[in-house]
Amino acid sequence: MIEIKDLHKSYKMGSNSLHVLKGINFSVEAGELVAIMGSSGSGKSTLLNIIGMLDEADEGEYDLDGIPIKNLNETKAANYRNKFLGFIFQSFNLINYKTALENVALPLYYQKMPRKQRQEKAMKYLEQVGLKEWSHHLPSELSGGQKQRVAIARAMVAEPKVLLADELTGALDSTTSYEVMELIQKINDQGNTILVVTHETDIAQMCKRIVYLRDGVIIKDEKVKQVRAKAHV
Amino acid sequence: MFNRDRWKEVLEVLTSNWFRTVLTAFGVFWGILILIILLSAGKGLENGIRADFGDIATNTMFIWTRSTTKAHMGLPIGRNFSFKVEDVATLKEKFPQLRYISPRNQLGGFRGSNNVVKGIKIGAYNVYGDYPEIIKQEPMAITSGRFLNHNDINAKRKIAVIGLGVRNELYEKEEEVLGSYIKIQGVNFMVVGTYKKRTNNGDGEEGQKEIYVPFTSFSQAFNRGNNVGWMSITAKDGYPISDLKMNLVNQMKMTHKIHPDDTRAVGYFDLYEEFNRVESLFGAMSFIGYFVGVLVLLSGIIGVSNIMLIVVKERTKEIGIRRALGEDPWSIKKQILLESIFLTIISGMAGIVCGALFIYGVNAILDANGPVDMFINPSVNLGVVTAALVILIISGLLAGFIPAQSAIKVRPIDALRTE
Repeated sequence: MIEIKDLHKSYKMGSNSLHVLKGINFSVEAGELVAIMGSSGSGKSTLLNIIGMLDEADEGEYDLDGIPIKNLNETKAANYRNKFLGFIFQSFNLINYKTALENVALPLYYQKMPRKQRQEKAMKYLEQVGLKEWSHHLPSELSGGQKQRVAIARAMVAEPKVLLADELTGALDSTTSYEVMELIQKINDQGNTILVVTHETDIAQMCKRIVYLRDGVIIKDEKVKQVRAKAHV
Repeated sequence: MFNRDRWKEVLEVLTSNWFRTVLTAFGVFWGILILIILLSAGKGLENGIRADFGDIATNTMFIWTRSTTKAHMGLPIGRNFSFKVEDVATLKEKFPQLRYISPRNQLGGFRGSNNVVKGIKIGAYNVYGDYPEIIKQEPMAITSGRFLNHNDINAKRKIAVIGLGVRNELYEKEEEVLGSYIKIQGVNFMVVGTYKKRTNNGDGEEGQKEIYVPFTSFSQAFNRGNNVGWMSITAKDGYPISDLKMNLVNQMKMTHKIHPDDTRAVGYFDLYEEFNRVESLFGAMSFIGYFVGVLVLLSGIIGVSNIMLIVVKERTKEIGIRRALGEDPWSIKKQILLESIFLTIISGMAGIVCGALFIYGVNAILDANGPVDMFINPSVNLGVVTAALVILIISGLLAGFIPAQSAIKVRPIDALRTE
């Protein structure tokens, strides 16, 4: 699904440049649930941003489902993000003046899907994350876990090839974190490919494969026995 | 553009901070209001001045004679001469562009002595010997009887048409005017009509104290021979008299053996030029109106632009999210532009409405308190309102352009980092 070869990325910080990714080789099969682990500054978010086409690599190749991702203009990148990727952020990033349903329907709106169809579909996904009765609430009226579940529904609604989650439990307490992870596992069980960036070991253990990143290089890449989140809830 | 969700969002964004939106809108509102008021005030002045001109034929000049200042063809300097009745035919023949040529003679004048007697009453009036065409050049309403006609001219009838002012002074209230006789410098004329001139400027009263008699009868009765006091000349529409006047004057100089360089001998007054001077004043007024109005509007527009920049800044993160979710940059740009145009147009419309109400109020006050000199019916026409709307749309676009540009310049990754 994801094919990355010899990826480099550096940021200019004033006069000196910071080499963040120093040659990443990495691939993800369809249906995998991969955790990218590392301390802060290890380059894991940068990697996720590049995979998410929010940022561009300096060097190296990146293929998403056989499509080379290179030299995209903004319109094309937006189009690809919309069709191929679903984002889940640490701070939820819901649009605060739109209701849960409208937030979930947003990616479909950008696909120019008719209003009615869009709302039906968004409702279906809200139901999947168990928030059907909260559909007309604003994000400010939802708890952290609920917000993250709305965000997950939003990431799912366009039926992307890959879900990208950046520290999705970072702003949640452990009970809520496990609930959210349970949902992620459920979605993965349905055959969706998911990439989770985290620095929490317990969250990483709930994935099927862990990639350890340190100082811009992959130091370990191992399959693990998945811990079902359900056991903790 | 006509998309329910888009408009819903425009409203959501603009209503999320009411106070700020209203303050911003006020700038544009004020600009348009000032523009409308300035233009309507200009129009009111224009209407007032135009009313003073009344329906006088404005494409008109007057031409008269003075004494010569140069000897020419054996004739001495300081010679007095007169236009002749034959000059009318000459001018008509040489200048087909002319519509009316009215030779005129006059008795009395400003502060003239008493020259008209009716029974035991006397008065001092201007008495004109005129051709019937004069009524086309100096419009007057015939309130009873009739005006002069060509039969009167040909038969040299001793008849007179008197102004309402003359009637009021020489006649009793109920007295029959038509068919009565008045004595002008010892000669009896029968009154066949009364007139009223529609002027409302300073000499309005003076205009009603005139007496018109046929040109030929006048010449005979008062010994003018075939002399002409002065001529009132109107050109056809599309031939400005200002372009013709020098040719006319030169023709008259030639006919009367005046030195071509003698600038004093033939006097003239160009009403059309005067009228055009006023016209250009109107042009200048509306220019000032637009200029000041648009400048005030501009400061309002800058306000909108400023606020839109702040809105974009505030929404940087949201824009980042939306782009991460796959919104086309163009769609974001359109959104910002739409918000800006919407805000300008709504506030501009409010300005136009308030301006219209203001004009309505001023008109109501003017109507209630009677006419004011040189100011009638301030108004703006549909063209101005359309122009204002076009200005609004363009300025809304301009106001939104920079913020929209800065919105799509935000890279999603940077936007999401903003905490």
